[in-house]
Amino acid sequence: MKNFSLQCPIPISDYPNVLLAHGGGGKLMHNLIAKMFSAAFSNDILLQEHDSAQITLQENKIAFTTDSYVVKPLFFPGGDIGSLAVNGTVNDLAMSGAVPLYISLGLIIEEGFPMDELWKVVKSIAAAAEAAGVKIATGDTKVVDKGKGDGIFINTSGIGVMEHSLNISPKNIHSGDVIILNGDIGRHGIAIMAEREGLEFDHKIESDCAPLNGIVNDIISSEIDVHCMRDLTRGGLSSTLNELADSAGCAIEIDEVSVPVHEDVRGACEILGFDPMYVANEGKFITIVPRQQAEACLEILRKYNPESAIIGRINSANEAIVKLNSRIGTKRILDMLSGEQLPRIC
Amino acid sequence: MKFIDEYRDADAAKKYSELIHNITTKSWNIMEVCGGQTHAIVKFGIDELLPKSIRLIHGPGCPVCVTSLELIDKSIEIASNPDVIFCSFGDMLRVPGSKKDLLQVKAEGGDVRMMYSPLDALKIAKENPGKEVVFFAVGFETTAPANAMAVYQAKEQSIKNFSILVSHVLVPPAMEAILSGENCLVQGFLAAGHVCAVMGYNEYYPIAEKYKVPVVVTGFEPLDILQGIYMTVKQLEEGRYEVENQYSRAVDKEGNLTAQNIVSRVFKVGTRKWRGIGEIPDSGLVLQDAYIEYDASLKFGLAEIVVEEPKECISGIILQGLKKPHECEAFGKICTPERPLGATMVSSEGACAAYYRYRKK
Repeated sequence: MKNFSLQCPIPISDYPNVLLAHGGGGKLMHNLIAKMFSAAFSNDILLQEHDSAQITLQENKIAFTTDSYVVKPLFFPGGDIGSLAVNGTVNDLAMSGAVPLYISLGLIIEEGFPMDELWKVVKSIAAAAEAAGVKIATGDTKVVDKGKGDGIFINTSGIGVMEHSLNISPKNIHSGDVIILNGDIGRHGIAIMAEREGLEFDHKIESDCAPLNGIVNDIISSEIDVHCMRDLTRGGLSSTLNELADSAGCAIEIDEVSVPVHEDVRGACEILGFDPMYVANEGKFITIVPRQQAEACLEILRKYNPESAIIGRINSANEAIVKLNSRIGTKRILDMLSGEQLPRIC
Repeated sequence: MKFIDEYRDADAAKKYSELIHNITTKSWNIMEVCGGQTHAIVKFGIDELLPKSIRLIHGPGCPVCVTSLELIDKSIEIASNPDVIFCSFGDMLRVPGSKKDLLQVKAEGGDVRMMYSPLDALKIAKENPGKEVVFFAVGFETTAPANAMAVYQAKEQSIKNFSILVSHVLVPPAMEAILSGENCLVQGFLAAGHVCAVMGYNEYYPIAEKYKVPVVVTGFEPLDILQGIYMTVKQLEEGRYEVENQYSRAVDKEGNLTAQNIVSRVFKVGTRKWRGIGEIPDSGLVLQDAYIEYDASLKFGLAEIVVEEPKECISGIILQGLKKPHECEAFGKICTPERPLGATMVSSEGACAAYYRYRKK
């Protein structure tokens, strides 16, 4: 890893806060890019210093994705907007089975944003990119008037190559397939919520924000016939399952007791009136595989997280629907979230 | 998780289901009063475990659902005022008023904030002396002590830029209103456990006696509800109509006297309009005269606004248990959680939203 523990290379005493001029195209911006960004993200592609990055890829199919990050608070237990912006895009690429290689970085910074916080975000981006094995290939910086942003917004786009010949897609989900989850759910959403609302628990709940390309690579190189993968983000497990049921036109059945949720997350959800099935995650995904390969796939996932579990199956049905076998032995629909999950009154 | 998993045990649930089947010889209509119980019943599919002859009727105990349209409109009027920071519990934000909801006010630039406690709103008032801070004081007897405490502290600390829009409702008068209705089907009640944790259950003896209905104070976990139903059915089958307490781990007869004291210091009983039901005498809480300066409705000169409910929403009939949500023409068609016609489709405790989310029928 590079010298991320170094002091910020921009003399913070000169500019303790980001000024409009830092996005203005002049000397200040040049300094910011050269001293902070290029220093932190240094790689052969970025150092071409061209208007566009030039990349040579093999004759593979390419995966391409984009996502914007507006999380509040910017720093939360287990991560920050920087690591989130890298891992989120890396994971979107990984979900199509692609090997993520390059990402772009667009920063929209609010005038007055503390320079040392920007440095923290930049360090976090560099560390996350290194951990995921991707290069920051190109970037852009804009500064907006005070009050016109919320600290910092980040957009990342990513390119990955498909080195497999699998058809990983909702359309490839078949009746009889098994759904596997790579660990416990709900930690990211609760960590953010607790930080945002100033709620304190005995043990700090940390976000599960992490890159998934390593695990996915292991699954694919083990010749598991992956039918579909999807990471669980904002709408939680429930929304992801509903999206897949809709796209694939299939019926999904989930066993509530087999979905791992940590005690502290369950406790927080009970207090706040949330259902962990709808709470956001950042390092969790489901893999849908033929029944015969479920155990082999589970074994790989358990190397990364022993709580990985088979949580359900695809049933033959004409109706796109997600059903839950509840803890007390009854059945109900697991619906998609409408709007934001709002805390209940009592 | 301790104190949760014990009450969600599948084997124990099955045993209770068998016990209820064994003692049931006739058809009975039982109302669970509280929206939290409705939510648990539908979420856990508890009615699937009951004999077909037992019908659960979903009561009016969702504070969000019964808050009258005119109070929602008042909240929207106040929240739209640029000098106001409007604070509310989360699920009130999506309840439709006549024209819009509070989330739309926020999108239009209103300073609308979601709170977990009215005391947080009081803190905001202290930190923003140049703004009027208004808290939407919604709820049954459960949220009344915290709301009372916020007003009490505001007065003690001479905080003048704080007020509450009072929408407090009381459970026993609503039960009486249902029982005295012409078409009343309810033969037994599961009383709301958390309301009783605050108020105790002395208030229910006269109701059980007068209307000859069993009242069982009941908790919110699946086994609580199954046990509450078992106790109610047993009374009905034996021809008894007594007040019993299933939720003894949280409730005693007298309730929380400290909480009751702060409530009666700040609030007094008054007439309240219930969404979909109409005015019920002595069914709500209003501020005592000594605290009237904290009444947002008066402070913003909105006391006289009167709004009529829309015709196509039958939430009043639903709230009285005369119809099930899926028996409404609009259910799932023109009325969904994304575009709710009435409040019962908004809160997760509302019967319509619970049916939509877990059943779609």
